[in-house]
Amino acid sequence: MSTLLQIDDLHVSYGAIRALRGISFKVDKGAVVTLIGANGAGKSTLLRTISGLLRPKQGQILYWADGNGGSEQPCRLSDLQAHDVVRKGVAQVPEGRIIFANLSVKENLQMGAFTRNDKAGIAQDMDYVMSLFPRLAERIKQNAGTLSGGEQQMLAIGRALMSRPRLLLLDEPSLGLSPVLVQTVFATIRQINGNGTTILLVEQNAHMALTTAQTGFVLETGTIALSGPCSELLHSDDVRRTYLGEN
Amino acid sequence: MKQRGATRTLLVAALYLAVLLVLGNTLIPFIGPYYTQVLIFIGINIILAVSLNLILGFAGQFSIGHAGFMALGGYTSAALSFYVLAPLLAGFGTGGLISAISEPAALAVSLLVGGLAAALAGLLVGIPTLRLRGDYLAIATLGMGEIIRVVILNTDFVGGARGFTDIPRWTTFTWVFLLAGLCILVVRNLIASTMGRALIAVREDEDAAAAMGINTTRHKVFAFVLGAFFAGVAGGLQAHYLQYLHTNSFTFLRSIEIVVFVVLGGGGSITGSVIAATVLTILPEALRGAESWRMVIYSALLVVMMLTRPQGLMGGREFQWSWLLPGMKKK
Repeated sequence: MSTLLQIDDLHVSYGAIRALRGISFKVDKGAVVTLIGANGAGKSTLLRTISGLLRPKQGQILYWADGNGGSEQPCRLSDLQAHDVVRKGVAQVPEGRIIFANLSVKENLQMGAFTRNDKAGIAQDMDYVMSLFPRLAERIKQNAGTLSGGEQQMLAIGRALMSRPRLLLLDEPSLGLSPVLVQTVFATIRQINGNGTTILLVEQNAHMALTTAQTGFVLETGTIALSGPCSELLHSDDVRRTYLGEN
Repeated sequence: MKQRGATRTLLVAALYLAVLLVLGNTLIPFIGPYYTQVLIFIGINIILAVSLNLILGFAGQFSIGHAGFMALGGYTSAALSFYVLAPLLAGFGTGGLISAISEPAALAVSLLVGGLAAALAGLLVGIPTLRLRGDYLAIATLGMGEIIRVVILNTDFVGGARGFTDIPRWTTFTWVFLLAGLCILVVRNLIASTMGRALIAVREDEDAAAAMGINTTRHKVFAFVLGAFFAGVAGGLQAHYLQYLHTNSFTFLRSIEIVVFVVLGGGGSITGSVIAATVLTILPEALRGAESWRMVIYSALLVVMMLTRPQGLMGGREFQWSWLLPGMKKK
């Protein structure tokens, strides 16, 4: 498999506080990769740095739109601003279901396609999002702020898909959702991946994340403590004790 | 569909202009100078409120320096008219027909230049300050407004502390409401466009907007510059009506007054800004009978209003014809 995203020795600080201290990893094209870890481990910081909302202090983020198999030069995402990262095909679903509460569901989805001009393609993707989340189709004209928590999460994911990303960054999609909805959302994440979108998933719900992804990383206070195939991580003693609540 | 929308807008615009011309020639001479002045102030305040609403209500940027842009636009256009255009016009001679053509043309040039000066200042101030958020932006724009005012106060060329006198009186009722209509039309069409949608996204959540691929700084600066342009035009209209400018009219309190129009009318509602600017211009005049209690009553009404309707009169909604004609449904 070829690499889509490569992160080399990434350091990110908030003033004097060092949130990430030398992170390196790769995301293969077509994969679901997950980062698990406790509050404050630096998970969201990492995603916000990839999407350009934060600047790294050191290190680089390389991205090949078609995987690094071809002759294409990598694009240094760490040099771009957030609005240009989206144009490269990297879309983020921010933590906490940040949707545009005073716009309708449809307008929110249209905002997701802000960088695009192909009307036919946008309409096609709108149908795709509706097929993934039939609930959104029912509430298409409603103000997004009046949706339930689960519906808002669906909208946030659908909105990110509207830019037709190659890489989807998901920041805690299970946050604040009921167990049933968590199952639904993760089933959809698998479906999106099945349709060819590479996914980088940040989660606190380690069990769901490790059963969905192929490769996993455990983030602890800004460094990668453990990594490997998810099937191995699920059976690692450290992970089971710390993140899965087993003895 | 697009064609039909454009045709309808043109028709409404032509009708509006015709009504303004008729009113300007019949109603205005009839009601006398006092009521005319109130009407003109209503129009100027509508321009100020709607243009600030673009910055504050739609793009969500808390700017309290609108009076500064108004001052800059007003003084620039007044200086242009006083030093260049008026002598030029005098050279043409003053006949009925000549002044009927040359004065509006001169006013148009003068207002445009005043607006552009304010827009340029908006651009220069906006690029660094719009990277700031919330309280910081408010303080930066407040400081900017005061700087403009004090610089003008110390510029002898435009009268300095004595004020700028003998500005030609070119502003008419028709002009004020023509430009108020133009301002409303521009802001309304902008908001309905992709650009406007992006501005609202920036207001709702800047990070999420950036994550959609919206260049947030560029959009904020655009709204700020366009708002400043119309504030400058409003300043020019005031200058050419009162024929006198003094920096005391453009203090921080004037900026706050415009913010009150927007907040009271409802941020994000053009209709709200128009109603609030109209009502709050008439109210202090209507209360003149109460003499020294006038501003107390005015302020108390504002407090009551904000307690009972914190989202503003219109609360982000717009007037629709279907409210008046129940049979008409929005297509």
